[in-house]
Amino acid sequence: MQITLYRPSIISYTQIWKLILSDYFKWVLLIIFFSLLSGIFINSARADLTVEITRGKYEPFPIALPDFIGETKDEKAMGKEISAIITKNLESSRLFKSIDPRAFIENITSISLTQPKFADWRLINAKHLVTGRVILGPEERLSVEFRVWDTLGEMATEGYRFSATNNQYKTLRRLAHIISDKIYTQLTAEPKGYFDSRIVYVAESGPLDKRIKKLMIMDQDSRNFEELTDGKYLALTPRFSPKPDVITYLSFEKGAPRVYLKNLRTDVKEILGKFKGMTFAPRFSPDGDSVILTYARDGNSELYEMNILTGKIKQLTNNSAIDTAPSYSPDGKYITFESDRGGSQQIYVMKRDGSETKRITFGKGRYGTPVWSPRGDLIAFTKQLRGQFAIGVIKPSGEGERILIRDYLVESPTWAPNGRVIMFMRQSSRDPESAELWTLDIAIGMPRLVPTPTAASDPAWSPLLTQ
Amino acid sequence: MILNLKVFAPVAAVVLLVAACQSVPDSELESNSVGSDLSDSVATSSTSDSDIDTDSIDSGSLESEIEVVDPSAPIPGTQEDLVQNVGDRVFFGLDSATLSPQSRSVLDKQAKWLKLFPDVSITIEGHCDERGTREYNLALGEQRASAVRSYLIALGVEAQRLNTISYGKERPYALGHDEESWKSNRRSVSVIN
Repeated sequence: MQITLYRPSIISYTQIWKLILSDYFKWVLLIIFFSLLSGIFINSARADLTVEITRGKYEPFPIALPDFIGETKDEKAMGKEISAIITKNLESSRLFKSIDPRAFIENITSISLTQPKFADWRLINAKHLVTGRVILGPEERLSVEFRVWDTLGEMATEGYRFSATNNQYKTLRRLAHIISDKIYTQLTAEPKGYFDSRIVYVAESGPLDKRIKKLMIMDQDSRNFEELTDGKYLALTPRFSPKPDVITYLSFEKGAPRVYLKNLRTDVKEILGKFKGMTFAPRFSPDGDSVILTYARDGNSELYEMNILTGKIKQLTNNSAIDTAPSYSPDGKYITFESDRGGSQQIYVMKRDGSETKRITFGKGRYGTPVWSPRGDLIAFTKQLRGQFAIGVIKPSGEGERILIRDYLVESPTWAPNGRVIMFMRQSSRDPESAELWTLDIAIGMPRLVPTPTAASDPAWSPLLTQ
Repeated sequence: MILNLKVFAPVAAVVLLVAACQSVPDSELESNSVGSDLSDSVATSSTSDSDIDTDSIDSGSLESEIEVVDPSAPIPGTQEDLVQNVGDRVFFGLDSATLSPQSRSVLDKQAKWLKLFPDVSITIEGHCDERGTREYNLALGEQRASAVRSYLIALGVEAQRLNTISYGKERPYALGHDEESWKSNRRSVSVIN
C-alpha cells in the first residue's frame, strides 16, 4: 500500500523536553533523602504487608496520618490539606485504613529531631505513622518534609523533603500525590505508586441514541476535571503517550472516524497519518515514538504501526478477519491484540514485527481489549460469556486466567502505572443506563467507584507524571 | 390549521391529479428519467412539482397542502423517499456481517432506487448492538457497512457514490437492553449525503 511520508508538527523529543522543563513543571523538585536506614527495617516493614495480602481475606493496614504541621496559619492550612489528600489516596487503594485522629494520644508538633512517642502510637494500633511539615519560604517556595515511622521498630523508614518553586494549590496537590506514592511504595514493597497520575476518559451525557461523548481529563483522585473535546463529535478510546502530555484518540469530527494526536499543553491536534479509510483503536509504543492502530478498509481491519517521528508506516497483520485493539508489551518487543481469525474474538500475542503470532485465550467465551501490564507479567482483558461481561488477567503465555469482576457490562481495562491496580468502565445490571469508572487492586479485588460528574467510559491511566 | 387542510384535502387531491395529467406532455423528459417501474406516488409528486404553480392553488400554502394530500408520498430521491418506499436499513445476525436473503432484497431495491437518482450519493452507516467491546464493534460496523457497499457495487451502483462509516455500538436505534433492541441495532443504514 502507498502511504506518503508524514512528519507530525506537534511532537518531537526536543519539544516535549522543552515543555516538560517549562510551565506546569516549572517548579523543580528537590528530593533529599535524609534518613538513611538499614535495609533490615525496610524489608521487615514490607514483608509484613505482603503476608497480609496473600492471606486472601484482606484487612486494610492501619496507619496514622496526623495533619502535617506548620508554623504559620497558611502553613498549617496547607499541612491539613496535604494530609487530607494523602489520606484519601491511601484509603482509595483499599490497602490502608487511616486511624481516626480523635484516637491519637500524642499531638505531633515536630518531625525534625524528636521521635514520636512510639508507645502512644502502638497503643492505638498504628504500626505506621506519617508525620510531616510544611514550610513556606521566600519567593513562593514551598517545602514539604515527611517521615514514615515504624512504631514497632521505633525507626523512621522513609523520609524526604520536597521543595517546589511555587506554592500554588496545584503544586501542593502534586506534592501530596508524590508523597502518597512514596508512602505506598515504602509500605507495600511495590516499586511504584500511582497517585501522581491522571486519567483521560470519555464523558457521556444525553439520551443513548444521541449520546454526547467527549474526552475529559482528571487527576486520579477525581479532581481537576478538564474538557479536551467539545462534544460536537464522537471522541473515543483516548490513550496516553508515555510522555503524559500527548494523547492519541479516535474522533469523528471530520465525519470519517480517524486517529488523532493531541498535545495537551499546546492544545494542537492533528490526524495521524494519511490513511484512506477508517483508523481506530490507537495505542502508543512504550518509548512513545510509535502509535499502533487499526486501519479498516473494504471490510478488512489490519494493524499498522506508524513511527510518529519519521512517518514510516508498517503493516503488521494480513488476514481477512478483524484484527484490532493492539497493545505493546512494556519492553516494546511484543504486541497483544484481538482477532476473530479463529472464528470468534480471541486474544493473540505476536512479535513486534508481526511474526510468530500465537493465540493465548482458549476458554469459553469471547475475549477482547487486551492491555499489557506496565510490569509485563499480565495482560488484562474483557471477556464475554453467557450474556455477561467480565474483566480478568492472564499471563502472556496464556496461562493463569483469572476473572476479577463480572457485570452486565464491564470493559476497557487500563493499568495504573504500577501494574497492580486497574480501572475500567462498568454498567451494572441494576442500571444499564449508567456507565461508571471503577478501580480494583488485582491482588485483593475490592472494586471502588471513581466519581465523575457525568457517565464515563473508556478510561486510560497516564504514566506517573514525575518519573 | 390542520383541520382546515383536512377538509380541503379531497379537493386538493383532485386538483393535483388534474395537474398531473395535464402536465404529462410538458414533463416527458423527467418522467422518462424517473422510469416506468417506479411507484405512482413518485411520478405523481414529481410531475406535480413542476406544474402546480400554474394551477389554481395558492402557492403560499402549496407545500403543506401537498403533504396533506398524500402523506405517504415523499419527494422522490430524498431520504424520506428512501425510508418509506425502499427501506434505508438492513439487519445482521449476532457478530456477523453476512447479508441475509431479506437484507439482499432490500438492497436490490436500494440499488434500483440509486440508479433512478444518479445524482444521489449515500453514506452507509454500520452499527452494532451494545453487547460487544468498543473497538471490536467499530471493526464489525465497518465490515457491515462494507458488505452493503460491495453488494450495491455488484448490482451496478457506482462505487464513488457509496461512502461508508462505522459507528460501532455508539449510536443505537432501539434504546432497550434486550434481545429485541439488540436485533434492531445490528444494522446498516443508508443515508443520503
